[in-house]
Amino acid sequence: MITTTHYLVLSLIMFALGLTGVMVRRNFITVLMSIELILNAANINFIAFARHLGDLSGQVIAVFVITLAAAEAAIGLGIIIALVRLKQTVQLDHVNVMQG
Amino acid sequence: MDALVANFGAIVFYALAAVAVAGAAGVIGFKNPVHAAMSLLLTFLSVAGLFVLQRAELIAAVQVLVYAGGVMVLFLFVIMLVNVRTLPEQQTYVRRLVPAALAVSVLVAGLVGVGVWAAFRGPAGPIAPLVSVEGTVMGNTEAVGWSLYRDFLLPFEVVSIVLLVAMIGAIVMGRKEKEERA
Repeated sequence: MITTTHYLVLSLIMFALGLTGVMVRRNFITVLMSIELILNAANINFIAFARHLGDLSGQVIAVFVITLAAAEAAIGLGIIIALVRLKQTVQLDHVNVMQG
Repeated sequence: MDALVANFGAIVFYALAAVAVAGAAGVIGFKNPVHAAMSLLLTFLSVAGLFVLQRAELIAAVQVLVYAGGVMVLFLFVIMLVNVRTLPEQQTYVRRLVPAALAVSVLVAGLVGVGVWAAFRGPAGPIAPLVSVEGTVMGNTEAVGWSLYRDFLLPFEVVSIVLLVAMIGAIVMGRKEKEERA
């Protein structure tokens, strides 16, 4: 029997992997992919609780999360294009102009 | 054979979950961004399968169309455009593993806390069907559409503005500067 807890644990593992990717990797493209992982983990939670509570709102909010993830990917990849044009790099530690 | 049929849902869940976690691990493990993107695609598709298991058929379809279709093509397009292979070899921030581990431990502690609380609170109530709006039974897509355009109309409009802003922002950032063009 698969319960809601199973889905929450899966979501936690995916969130943890995504967070690790954001903190550990310094390739901007990989960091963006890790953010997509985090948003996917959040969606698993929304869907699991929509089923658990018998409320469709969770599914509707998952649609919004997917929309925002797509917008975030478009903006992030636009930033990568601009970054490569300006500094010829996608490594985050080469971009330290605003570091104090 | 009977055991296989009885546990079919669990077997499918564990298979999809294993693929999803393996794909997620590949995203942060692979050095080559193209391999990482393929790994991410695997995760997206498994998560779509998990949504079907949770009776969220519409979200599963949207996941495949938007993530596995749109976002993935965008990622691959940018990877090809940037040609990351010619860029210098990357290393990882290993010392930052400690704060990541700390953050994850806090999350695990929170989940265990909620689990203990839920166990003391007793079993959850019966699961209501996800396909009824005001007592009328309908398909998942129709029900989500009802909820989206009736209860969530304002968020829906706000999200459309967000998408417009993202579109304009991406175009402005991707455009060549005037001096550069000359």
